[in-house]
Amino acid sequence: MTVLEPIPSIRLKNGLEIKLKEIHTAPLISSWVWYRVGSRDEIAGKTGISHWVEHMQFKGTDRFPAEKREKAIARAGGSWNAFTYLDWTTYFETMPADKIDQALEIEADRMVNSVYDPEELESERTVIMSERQGRENNPGFWLTEAVHQAAFPIHSYGHMILGDMVDLATMQRDDLYQHYKSYYSPNNAVISIAGDFKQDNLLQRLKELYEDLPAGKESPRVNRPQPPQRGEHRLVVEGPGDTVLGDVSYHAPAASHDDFFPFLILDSILSGPEGLNMFGGGGISNKTSRLYSRLVEDEDVAVSVSGSLPATLDPYLYSLDLIIHPASTPEAALKALDEEIQRLQDSPPPLEELERATKQARALFAYGSESITNQAFWMGFSEMFASYDWVTGYLEKLEAVSPADVQRVAQTYLKPQNRIVGIYQPHNKGYQSL
Amino acid sequence: MSKPEITTLNEKSLPGPQDITRVELENGITLLVRPNFNSLAISLSGFVQAGSLYDPESKLGLADFTATCLMRGTERQTFREIYNSLESMGASLGVSAGSHTAGFGGKSLAADLPELLEILADILIHPVFPKADIEKIRSQLLTGLDLRAEDTSEMASLGFDQIAYAGHPYRFPSDGYPETIQAIQSEDLVDFHASYYGPREMVVVIVGAVEPDQAVALVEEKLGGWFNPKQPEPFEVPDVWPLDQTVQEHTAIPEKSQADIVLGTVGPRRQWEGFYPALLGNSILGQFGMMGRIGNTVRTQAGLAYYAYSSLSSSIGPGPWTVRAGVAPENLGKAVQLIQQEIRNYLAEPVSPEELADVQSHYVGKLPLTLESNQGVASALLTMERYQLGLDYLQGYEKMVREITRESILEASRQFLDPDRLAISTAGPPL
Repeated sequence: MTVLEPIPSIRLKNGLEIKLKEIHTAPLISSWVWYRVGSRDEIAGKTGISHWVEHMQFKGTDRFPAEKREKAIARAGGSWNAFTYLDWTTYFETMPADKIDQALEIEADRMVNSVYDPEELESERTVIMSERQGRENNPGFWLTEAVHQAAFPIHSYGHMILGDMVDLATMQRDDLYQHYKSYYSPNNAVISIAGDFKQDNLLQRLKELYEDLPAGKESPRVNRPQPPQRGEHRLVVEGPGDTVLGDVSYHAPAASHDDFFPFLILDSILSGPEGLNMFGGGGISNKTSRLYSRLVEDEDVAVSVSGSLPATLDPYLYSLDLIIHPASTPEAALKALDEEIQRLQDSPPPLEELERATKQARALFAYGSESITNQAFWMGFSEMFASYDWVTGYLEKLEAVSPADVQRVAQTYLKPQNRIVGIYQPHNKGYQSL
Repeated sequence: MSKPEITTLNEKSLPGPQDITRVELENGITLLVRPNFNSLAISLSGFVQAGSLYDPESKLGLADFTATCLMRGTERQTFREIYNSLESMGASLGVSAGSHTAGFGGKSLAADLPELLEILADILIHPVFPKADIEKIRSQLLTGLDLRAEDTSEMASLGFDQIAYAGHPYRFPSDGYPETIQAIQSEDLVDFHASYYGPREMVVVIVGAVEPDQAVALVEEKLGGWFNPKQPEPFEVPDVWPLDQTVQEHTAIPEKSQADIVLGTVGPRRQWEGFYPALLGNSILGQFGMMGRIGNTVRTQAGLAYYAYSSLSSSIGPGPWTVRAGVAPENLGKAVQLIQQEIRNYLAEPVSPEELADVQSHYVGKLPLTLESNQGVASALLTMERYQLGLDYLQGYEKMVREITRESILEASRQFLDPDRLAISTAGPPL
């Protein structure tokens, strides 16, 4: 079984892009509809609007009132949800194969027919505020928000996907409906479906449901590139608790940039492997990564360290999250972190470290490919910032990375001038400037 | 209108006696294997009878501490060598303690199963608890408890257990308290391991690209020679006395934006005959669709919460039957009232025929989805073995679900839920 074969896109007359993959190992089908809109398409005053629109898309249409729709999916034993991210918004259903038609009908319907009833919108306003309040309870949320604001004063990656509370309190029905109508159209969408179907039959059905939907105007995308950072930013967020947290974030290349794959190897060597598995598959620990070994095992300056390098449309961040050891300080942790980065900048990593990183990536793909939901996810997800070839060529591109590439990427991106150092400082530890 | 050609659900494709190999080794280990050659990998899971119910009250968290330390080194390998082997293979392995058992779980590419089992056997049988590492783990556990103290959802759960399980062993958290973690010495870890870790009543499940005969031979080779005569009988969990009246308590955690609610009662044991009616009833109450009746009232209609749902977590002993919600602090009282009223309505009369049909269909329909991955199948096999449900459990599942009636749901629910005798625990900003 292989998961890595390219799949050509099928494009309907109205511009809708479709990717289909037959997998006959279980009587299941996972269907995803992706829209090219996310929090990067929001300006001040409208932050959080993409996520709120996603919530409103569950409120129903004249044909499928919300309750009827929820029951139809649940009765079939299906799983469904939606996600709003920086660059995209997506809706999925994974269903018993013989029930998938319900999901296809529901998605075609809500692509154009959602109602946005004013009363329901007000009720959802408080639900969304509650979602944000729940996140605010976690000290790490405040730190992440502050680091993003410092990293992206110009680009719209600078606000949280959930939006600012003031905007959640003030946006109106027309704002949301306008956003929906601007971005939810067949020519701004990709459908990715994997599972137990015959491609010709499914394609015929998709044409019946989608081809008559009118193409929309070209969707406006906010485009405010972030200029290079001029010097390191350091910030402190204060709050309750006893634990000091650190977030060291470096500006990083977009997923389609040539440096992205060497950066993934760098990430794996420094802070451990990351997979593309959104639905199960599990992870691989990072206990032998350079930063964990040094900060947690050797020096007891942190109790945990993890890294993330999300695949995005525009240049985003490589973030290192630290929980500082109770007997240590952020300064000691930062010093050890800097020395490890310096080591990578001074000498290329041994080939074995690169080989290990690619073997880990191969294993993560094997685990993730057990899930039909993951397989359909990969097809649409990659189209949002590159193309599905990005996934099918993933392992090959990792294997092509050389030690010198990793060293060059470390030298290019992991400079203090290119980073934001954020510390969460509990009140009771006293104010500490960095 | 054409529709996609479909493959109908075949009961014989569900894991069952025809493709599950179950073997009892001489030393007491039960092994279940189910091959899946559509996958390139294997999933390994199981448990030993070494859960936190064996913790002394002054050293709560001992089972958890012990499980965490297993990976810190053995007579044969250091911590770094263990993780170097695992991470170089792209494999994973972890052990953690629950109430009754210490559970383990791992994954690897199929070819690496022998090495994964070798490491599992080594850490279970020959851990050395290096003294130098114990303080490191203690710091990590204490930091985890600091973070827990800031987590309104977790603190509301702890408060619920204190009220609902007063005087019962389930009232204590598996991860202990700062003072009990501080009290644990290295000898305690060695003693706990020597007393409770052993093959009797141990279960190992392997699912993935492996022939059953090969898996059985490997487990026999790696774990078949393990004996521990000190192992006690599995922990007998006593019943719980229901509350005389509703008890409500609030844990104040300053500077929080949201308050969390955990409200409910002690529910049935997993092996109780009315478990399935209670389970389906719970789904109608707070899960089906967008979180059932409670989600509809608290989230959709009142707009009070991002999440509001119920859950029934039955185990060997009587597990909690709870409703959970996160709300703005000023809405706490209103949300509690709405939830109580929903419970009252739920207990007043049988669920509607349509609700029953919906939830039956849901439980039958979702079965293939839960069995999609190796890990999903391994989890189902582990449940079947833990609660002695039989290898043909999944074949009989649909019939069992279809036979549940509206009356049996009401009867099962009334045995446990009482709107006037609830444990209500909330955590958030001071009231």
